[in-house]
This record gives sequence, C-alpha cells and structure tokens, in this order.
Amino acid sequence: MTEKKIRVLVAKPGLDGHDRGAKVVARALRDAGMEVIYTGLRQTPEMIAEAALQEDVDVVGLSILSGAHMALAPRVLELLKANGQERVKVFLGGIVPDEDVPALKKMGVSGIYGPGASTEDIIREVRESVKG
Amino acid sequence: MTLSQSVRKGDRLALARLLTQVENDTLEGRAALAELFPQTGRAHLIGVTGAPGTGKSSLVNQLALHFRREGKRVAILAVDPSSPFTGGAVLGDRVRMRDLSGDAGVFIRSMATRGSLGGLAQTTAAMSQVFDAAGFDVILIETVGAGQSEVDIARLAHTTIVVEAPGLGDDIQAIKAGILEIADVLVVNKADRPGVENTERALKSMLELAHPTRHVFLHHGREMVVDAPVKAETKMWIPPILRTVATEGTGITELAAHVAAHAAHLRLSGDWAARERARLEAEMEALLVEALMTRFRAEVPNGGFESAVQKVHERTLSPWEAVQLLVNGRQE
Repeated sequence: MTEKKIRVLVAKPGLDGHDRGAKVVARALRDAGMEVIYTGLRQTPEMIAEAALQEDVDVVGLSILSGAHMALAPRVLELLKANGQERVKVFLGGIVPDEDVPALKKMGVSGIYGPGASTEDIIREVRESVKG
Repeated sequence: MTLSQSVRKGDRLALARLLTQVENDTLEGRAALAELFPQTGRAHLIGVTGAPGTGKSSLVNQLALHFRREGKRVAILAVDPSSPFTGGAVLGDRVRMRDLSGDAGVFIRSMATRGSLGGLAQTTAAMSQVFDAAGFDVILIETVGAGQSEVDIARLAHTTIVVEAPGLGDDIQAIKAGILEIADVLVVNKADRPGVENTERALKSMLELAHPTRHVFLHHGREMVVDAPVKAETKMWIPPILRTVATEGTGITELAAHVAAHAAHLRLSGDWAARERARLEAEMEALLVEALMTRFRAEVPNGGFESAVQKVHERTLSPWEAVQLLVNGRQE
C-alpha cells in the first residue's frame, strides 16, 4: 500500500498572462513531495472546478494578478461546493489588497499569499489544511 | 450505494474518488475493483508513447476530440514522472488538453509514476479497468516521456502509438531494440518541421528490416524491386507510418482510421483475446508475487530474513543458499 499523497491543482483563472508565480509555487510543492497538477493560463472557474473533480485533489491553488479575485475566488468555491467537493481547500496567490483579505477568508479561502510570501509558509499551511 | 455502484451509474465524483482509492491501492479500492471486474474488457485501450517533447499530449488531445465527434466516451490517463528524490511531481499534461474541458463525455486523470520505471505507474492498469467498467469506449493512456526501454504500455494497451518528431536521431536509433518495436502505429508528429523525410525514411527502413514486405529501392540510379518472401504471412499487421501536426489537427483523421483498422485486425486475427489474456496473466503473476511475499513475511520467524542477510553480508552464505534456506527451511 502506498502512502496518501497530497494532490494540488495549480490554476490561473482570468486573463492576465503572468504565470511565473504559479510555476514557482508548483515547483516548491513538488519539492515538498506533493503531486501538483498544473493546468496553465486563462482557465475559467468552470474549467478549474471540473479539473479539481476529475483529479480528486485535496487543494486548489489559484494565482490571480488581474485584480479580479473578488469575482473569481468565490465562483471557484461555489462550483467546488456544487460538485460535492466542499472539503477541497482553496489557496490564493497574487496581488490581493489587504482590505480584501478578511472577506476572502470569510468566503472560505484557506490562505492568501502576496509578493514576498515564503514557499515554506505555503507548504506548511497547505499540509496543515489537509490534515485538519 | 457503494462507490462502485455510483461509478456504474455515471457519478463523476464517485469515479474520481474510486480512481484515488485504486491509485493508492487501498483495501476499499481493491474491493471495488473486484466488484467492477466483470464489467471490464469492453474498452479499446490506446497507448501513446514517445520521447519527451514529441507532442504526445497534443496528439492525445486531438485524438480525444476525434473520438468525441464519433460519439464515443473518452477517458484519458496521463502519466508524468515522480521526482526520485522527493516523491513529488508536476503533472502538466492537462495544459495541452484544454479543448476537452467542459465536455461531460471526457474524463482526464493525471497520475505520477510513484517510483515505477516502465513508463507507467504501478496502478495505471487498474485505473484503466475502472474507466472500462465506468463505460468509457476509448481509454487513451499517455506514458511519461519515454526513452528506449519504457515499454510497459505495450503490455497494457491494445493499440500502441509511438510518436516521433523530426531531428531526434539517425537510423541506428531506429534499429535499436525497444520502444519502436512495440509500435502498432508510428507517428511522425511536428511534420511541418524540416527533416521529416529523414525521420520517416529511418522508420521505414527499420520496418522493412523487421517485416517481410515488398521492397523498392534505388540501386546505382536504377530502381530495384525485391518481392516479399513467399512465406510472408499476408495477415500480419505492418505498422503504418503517419505524419501529423497535432497542434493544427493535421493527419488526425488518418491516424484514427489506422487505429480503428488495428483494432479490427486484432479482433479478426484473435490477437485481441491473446493480448488480453497475456495482460491478465502478467497482472495475476504480479499479484501472486505480492501475496507470496506477504505470506512469506508472516510465516518466516521474526528476524529470519535479517539474520540471513547478515550471513550473506559476512560471506558465510551465498545469496542463493540463503534463499533456499528461507524458502525450504534447509539447504538443497
């Protein structure tokens, strides 16, 4: 029997084309022993929720630098729930103004990371969220 | 309702969860597989293999689109390597398959090799059985970027497509043993690039060496014809060599036609059943080895194995004698 691996979907919803951050995080999670499914640029929330379902992931990581996080994050959360995947944890990385953070957390986003966030923090918090 | 019943009813979340159970080889997964087993054996398993960067994922994407137009339900198992150091993996095949998003007749699952070396993961076969039982007509299995000896796919798939691209090696590469030998269909992808004729010629000469066909070649400027040996079996399948440009969808219809022709050939010649049987035999052997190992560990007194290893390490016993001792309780 093999040990249970943490499976993470890393996706970039919306229209900005900056995926360096998403790739850095994908690589860091890989080096932490997780299986990262990378979906690429310009995903709709529907595509992300569908991929999360097919891949049966534990965690979805969204990278948003377009400023559209207040629209995209709740939509992804809603679709995950509609698919019966409410236990999937959603993390958000990118440019998120401080004043949006409480609202996003209230919606159910497990962690939010801006520029300068350390990959160790991300790895630790992803691990803890899956355990809990 | 059990997980396997939900899967049979078409519940996609249940299918995803069962795939996880099977991938992790849990007791629940094994029980569900046992329940589903009678429903398997219907799908056409198509393997797609080749070196990294030859365009396997793009080709799988296009083939899936083609099969969807024919009204078939398509499952995709995309295998990527696990890191040998951390066990982690980045599975990136979905990036090339975004055309398939939003289609309920397609189910894409990425998986990591988790230490397996043959181009597939240990549980890829079992996961394809889940898709088979769930009623998918076609299961496309994409191997890791394979070099020369990752040939497990040929044991699993009914039809194996080997993907090449121009500029990857000369005709000596083509006559080496390994991945080219397992091809039922050979594809030269990226056929809009220079060098496609050379690649095609190398593959063709490799096939001519291996199969008894009629050869036509130029010798000192004159066309020479060598007829196929009289004994040549006309029923034999000779892998076609096809050109595609997967990113543009060029050549996909022809490829799908040859894949269908291969399936028809397998059924007509009886090879379909023979391959199926060989695969099940190999699967059972693997399970038997595992079961015997478990029983061995349970029955050999504690420390028996370790003390034998110690003796071998001290060179007081050879490995062969040690194994005889452990299995029979005495030396033969």
